[in-house]
Amino acid sequence: MANEKFDFSAGLKKKIFIAFAVGAVMLLIGALNPQSNEHHAEEADTHATEEHHDEGHGSVITDSDDFQAMTVSDEAEGEHAGGWFKRFKVDLWINNVYFTGLALIGIFFFAIQYAAQAGWSAYIVRIPLAMAHWIVPAGILMLLTWFFVNHDVFHWTHSDLYDPSSSHYDELIAGKSGFFFFGEGGGFPTFFIARMVIFFALWAWLFSRLKKLSLAEDELGGDSYWFKMRKVSAIFLVIFAVSSSVSAWDWVMSVDTHWFSTMFGWYVFASWFVTGLAFITLVTVLLKEAGYLPQVTSNHLHDLGKFVFAFSIFWTYIWFSQFLLIYYANIPEESVYFVERFLSDKYAPFFFVNIIMNFFFPFLALMTRDAKRLYVFLKMVCIVVMLGHFIDFYLMMTPGTMGENGFFGFTEIGMYLMFGSAFVFVVLKALSSFALVPKNHPMLGEAKHHHI
Amino acid sequence: MSDTKKFVLGVFDDEDVLLKAVGKVRGAGVKIHEVYSPFPVHGLDEELGYKRSRLPIAAFMFGALGTTLALVMQIWMLGVDWPMIIGGKNHVALPDFVPVTFELTVLLASFGMVGTFLVSSDLKPWKDPKLMDIRITDDKHIMAIDLGTNKAMEAATINALLKDSGAVEVNDKDVDE
Repeated sequence: MANEKFDFSAGLKKKIFIAFAVGAVMLLIGALNPQSNEHHAEEADTHATEEHHDEGHGSVITDSDDFQAMTVSDEAEGEHAGGWFKRFKVDLWINNVYFTGLALIGIFFFAIQYAAQAGWSAYIVRIPLAMAHWIVPAGILMLLTWFFVNHDVFHWTHSDLYDPSSSHYDELIAGKSGFFFFGEGGGFPTFFIARMVIFFALWAWLFSRLKKLSLAEDELGGDSYWFKMRKVSAIFLVIFAVSSSVSAWDWVMSVDTHWFSTMFGWYVFASWFVTGLAFITLVTVLLKEAGYLPQVTSNHLHDLGKFVFAFSIFWTYIWFSQFLLIYYANIPEESVYFVERFLSDKYAPFFFVNIIMNFFFPFLALMTRDAKRLYVFLKMVCIVVMLGHFIDFYLMMTPGTMGENGFFGFTEIGMYLMFGSAFVFVVLKALSSFALVPKNHPMLGEAKHHHI
Repeated sequence: MSDTKKFVLGVFDDEDVLLKAVGKVRGAGVKIHEVYSPFPVHGLDEELGYKRSRLPIAAFMFGALGTTLALVMQIWMLGVDWPMIIGGKNHVALPDFVPVTFELTVLLASFGMVGTFLVSSDLKPWKDPKLMDIRITDDKHIMAIDLGTNKAMEAATINALLKDSGAVEVNDKDVDE
């Protein structure tokens, strides 16, 4: 039984394609019927065509005056431009970050199990390993998306912010130019892009090392592969500790360029981690329901449930620590972040939905021992937590880019569905390519006798 | 001392043998008084047919009490009894109360749980422990069977049953209540 493979059936593939198509249709509905104010709809159309026009030139980062003038005037004085096309770009970026996080957590969870010499998880480590396969498409997508969305999502990419002679000169952002550029501010953000490329390269390289070792262990056995995986895992964890924080600043915090929070790296990591744990748990439960993984008992599920429960609380702890300090100190340059969210009619509902879905619901629903062992509870909580953290990421990025013109509708759901089905397709394809349970994992015996 | 209880003690030196023996002895209709072991044996509580501990319920209750107490205390102190403006916030600014509420919840839940455990298992510093056999603090597991609650069975039958299910020795023990 340990040799069994996941059968990625044609029917399942069809379902995923349908989900993708539904997402695409919803995106189209969103495009044809943007829920923005009437007077914005027209502006959105011209905005969109002009953007396409610019794409036609083949150079995305352009210093051509008309392009700059257009985008900058939209952004001027904190007046955020609305429009569906911009919203589309913001959603694209949100999903890039969200699903990159899921892939990263796949490697992270796998690495943690080996670095900590965990035995209980030996039956399920192939699920995070399969998740990690998204890291390569995620890297390519993110790099391409960045060039597509840069001015609309990242205010700091406007080169005249760094030009003291310009009327748009921004002293604060110019002071941070060293974080984005090598040397002079403005132009191509070499340092920023270099970080993105190096991080993805490192993650993908270490992931492929781990995968190779894990599959070689299946073939040849012996515990030498396990020891090698421990070493690679430890190296990954050290790199991840730094790179996860820096990528959170780069990809999420730099959206609100003026603002900063020292908790932010942890905040994004916590959000990623609990989403990833919910995904691992959900896949485990669904596989068990489909008759796979007969070795996985309610004891293993209990541990996964504890992970989702504990890291929901961890996320809340980080979220609240960031909120409380800013709220209490009430320094304008920090408080503005929560003024945009908490005191905005548009985002205040999301603010509360975020806490309810990501803290109160998992906290109360998974508190008892029985809930962590019942499929129905685990499935419900995992789905809510995954959707909740999508809203969390939405709330991190939309107010800083769309301002009061942000919406949550067909476009957001459609984009999430499209990314989600592509992600699930890659993960399941990877999962069907190797044995569901490592054949020669030295901890299989311990996992078998796992009892809590 | 007025009352003396007679026990039969089965001594086991392996937890797997012990686990099987518990099932076998219970299957034969013998009521087991208690099993003593020097370390936690996984699955023993299930074999013995123990009900799930209700300690988590007590913990939840104490935690909820802590939350309530903390909120009532802070709202009363800072909102009613001695209203103070701190950092320009309202008198009752709930986010400010969260750290104290959290700490009191954890404190009361953990103290309450420990206290409940001590009371329910009758543990106290002045308690005179009655060890069935000193070796349960070292390397032997003891299955104690109270002859008083197993009047339907002969002591000899129980002895044979214990020997049969892998006990390395079977002893008699009188305990004064």
